[in-house]
Amino acid sequence: MGSILEYFVLFLVFLMIVLALFAVRTKALLAAVIASGFISLVASIVYLYLKAPDVAMTEAAIGAGLTTIIFVVTVRKTKGREK
Amino acid sequence: MRKITAIVFLMIISFYFILILGEITFGEKYEGVSEHYVEKGIQENRGANIVTSIVVNYRGFDTLGEVTVLFLTATGISFLLGSCKCKNPMKRIKGSFVLRAATETLFPVILLFGAYIFIHGHLTPGGGFQGGTVVASGFLLLLLSNRKYKVNHLPLTITESFAGISFVSIGILGLIFSKSFLANDIIPKGNWNELFSAGFIPLIYIAVGLKVGAELSGLLGDMFKTTEERK
Repeated sequence: MGSILEYFVLFLVFLMIVLALFAVRTKALLAAVIASGFISLVASIVYLYLKAPDVAMTEAAIGAGLTTIIFVVTVRKTKGREK
Repeated sequence: MRKITAIVFLMIISFYFILILGEITFGEKYEGVSEHYVEKGIQENRGANIVTSIVVNYRGFDTLGEVTVLFLTATGISFLLGSCKCKNPMKRIKGSFVLRAATETLFPVILLFGAYIFIHGHLTPGGGFQGGTVVASGFLLLLLSNRKYKVNHLPLTITESFAGISFVSIGILGLIFSKSFLANDIIPKGNWNELFSAGFIPLIYIAVGLKVGAELSGLLGDMFKTTEERK
């Protein structure tokens, strides 16, 4: 059972988990921000697969776009590394 | 000791999470109020996008709350960033040639696309929040590419107040002329799947889109302020 698309979505979910662990573990804050933005991008693809295009658009615009930029600006205004 | 406490708390949280997840059935059948939304939603609202009719009409009061939360967030951030004396100022650099040229071409297109998303919120996926964010990302491109560009806050404030007031007054019109707050039977609803249909839903989503776009653009403008401008 399971089409190629379902395995692809499964891969995307595992990719999200790996990226989330990376974002928590890494010391470089900019890398963590980029990773969390990437999680939002992958999540929007998963939402599209689950036939929720409205949520997918919100996630792509806010999660992957604006939140990432706001965090990048914040990292640039502060020191940029975790102690 | 702290680790054991953390593990115990995580186990409690995951236990209840799994319990709740087990209760939810995915794609099985619609029950209770969702059955009404799916069966009667198009007849009652004449909006092609059921999600929008739920968000703006059935749960319209909830949307008003969300807009208020976003407004408070933008106010808080501009209050904090407008008054702090940060030690590490961010120097804004001039964007590269590719960024500047792309911004000149893309900025009007992005604004148009955002406006399209929130005007067609009742027909196609998307709506006020998504369209407003797309509009704000256009302003973000301007801020990134041009070192001297500053967001002009006065028109943003006027747009935002106007949009918020029109949202609440449409709701109060429903309270006066019909049964309840945000009741969707004052304006004729038109035909299904046309631009002028679904009663007040497009009007409210235009208001929400303008409000969200203005708030987020102002917020980005505050984020990109450098220390010299604050003095």
